Amino acid sequence: MKLAGPILVGLCAASATFAASTAPDDVIFGAYGEAETPLTGAAGDAVKGQRIFSEKSLGNCVSCHQLTSLPDVPFQGEVGPVLDGVGSYRTPAELRGILVNAKMTFDGTVMPAFYKTSGFIRPGDGYTGKAAQEPIQPILSAQDIEDVVAFLGTLTD
Amino acid sequence: MKTMILMAATLVLAAPLAIAGGPDDDTLTINDDIEIVTKTDAPAHLDGLDTIYSGWHFRDDGTQEMEMDDFDNPGMIFVDMARDTWATPEGAAGKSCADCHNDPESMAGVRAVYPKWSEEAGEVRTLQMQVNACRTERMGAEPWKYDAGAAINMEALLASVSRGMPVDVAIDGPAGETWARGKELYYTRYGLLELSCANCHEQNFGNYIRADHLSQGQINAFPAYRLKNAKLNGVQGRFKGCIRDTRAETFSPGSPEFVALELYVASRGNGLSVEGPSVRN
Ligand code: HEC
Ligand code: HEC
Ligand code: HEC
Repeated sequence: MKLAGPILVGLCAASATFAASTAPDDVIFGAYGEAETPLTGAAGDAVKGQRIFSEKSLGNCVSCHQLTSLPDVPFQGEVGPVLDGVGSYRTPAELRGILVNAKMTFDGTVMPAFYKTSGFIRPGDGYTGKAAQEPIQPILSAQDIEDVVAFLGTLTD
Repeated sequence: MKTMILMAATLVLAAPLAIAGGPDDDTLTINDDIEIVTKTDAPAHLDGLDTIYSGWHFRDDGTQEMEMDDFDNPGMIFVDMARDTWATPEGAAGKSCADCHNDPESMAGVRAVYPKWSEEAGEVRTLQMQVNACRTERMGAEPWKYDAGAAINMEALLASVSRGMPVDVAIDGPAGETWARGKELYYTRYGLLELSCANCHEQNFGNYIRADHLSQGQINAFPAYRLKNAKLNGVQGRFKGCIRDTRAETFSPGSPEFVALELYVASRGNGLSVEGPSVRN
């Protein structure tokens, strides 16, 4: 908990540096839901990506996915597939597309869209149960997405 | 009492995590007497499931056991409180529930058929709405706040005297429209996470989501005493929490949306036994 403050600040500062990121509604998807073009000009940081993947307050990917390489992260869920080795069978473009909006790759999937700001039904303000403040922020920032793509890319076996 | 609850909470935390494998095979008999149907064929209207399970099957053994004996079930304390309320006159008419309804046991079977269409009111009423109608129209008393203290305690009492009886809410006739609205809500993907009740409780029951073993989200066992907040929780309060967790603007307990949703979710459990007050983590 103590760590969360500085890390969050760090993340915000990082995304602010790369103001020229692609807006959620402007992401271009290929025929299979892949997104070729990186969302920012800065390369993804796999270390940050791992943190986003694991932390409840950030991506919280572990609530639905397990990773054998993260034995220290408790309570990994089973709603989605185990992601061991996903970097060997998914290209960065595919991973980016899945993260931005997984419904473009898997029709009707349970997996949330992490870089989307429109088309929601009763969007909320975090976990408060209250209506979202406009403009709606995506769950992850453009740079967060690139960081997670970089992290998933390291999962080869 | 406190110590027991704390111990149970520790048990929950210490439990081994993420062992896959859906509902367990245990059976539930309360006080060595009341047999509870916790697993049965899904009602005909329900396409998404073959078998329906009480949420009891998805909890660890320690939590399950607390429900097998009324002395171990902290929810029963609130039932006793409601028994006192039942016999206490209130309101301008100076009447108590007992004056018109005799023993609480005379209400056996009532919990099982609510929410229900009220001819007199021309609307579907949950049990709490019905009780409040008695308070305001027949006793001249203030309505109880929805899903809070006294209302939930009374609901727990009314549930307890129906334990073991099959849930059997009507979904057609005048209730049909409300039921259809509830079904629509159940399958709507709310919030920034775009998740419907069905995404978690129909498609993924038996799976772990983080530390939580997903049940079918049945309401036959409400009110539920949760170890997490050490109090009785109402159906609609639970709905509110589940919708909030999809990062959505939720609905309020007592709202027309939640009344409709309660009718629909209750109907998904037609055939399970009334089980409340239950114990959950
Ligand atoms: C609510 C559950 C849920 C959450 C949260 C979630 N996912 Fe998923 N994810 C799924 C499901 C379910 C699938 C399978 C797709 C399908 O067929 O519906 C999936 C598929 C994937 C895939 C494709 C795997 C493959 O075999 O092709 C990747 C990669 C992925 N998720 C990454 C992530 C990342 C990274 C996060 C966090 C930012 C995340 N997921 C969060 C449920 C989730
Ligand atoms: C002045 C008499 C009176 C009082 C006092 C009263 N009720 Fe009622 N109640 C009725 C009548 C009349 C009905 C409708 C007829 C019926 O279904 O029995 C009813 C119906 C009900 C029902 C629905 C029964 C069903 O089969 O659908 C419940 C539950 C109920 N009352 C609970 C309570 C509770 C709890 C209290 C005290 C807080 C209370 N009542 C106080 C007269 C009363
Ligand atoms: C993101 C997944 C998720 C969604 C979406 C969700 N729930 Fe839940 N729900 C849970 C979890 C986790 C629990 C606690 C474990 C369990 O009993 O399933 C729970 C518990 C419940 C319970 C308590 C069951 C019991 O026996 O104690 C009910 C009732 C319920 N949910 C109803 C709903 C309804 C109705 C909706 C739609 C408005 C909904 N849930 C949406 C995750 C979800």
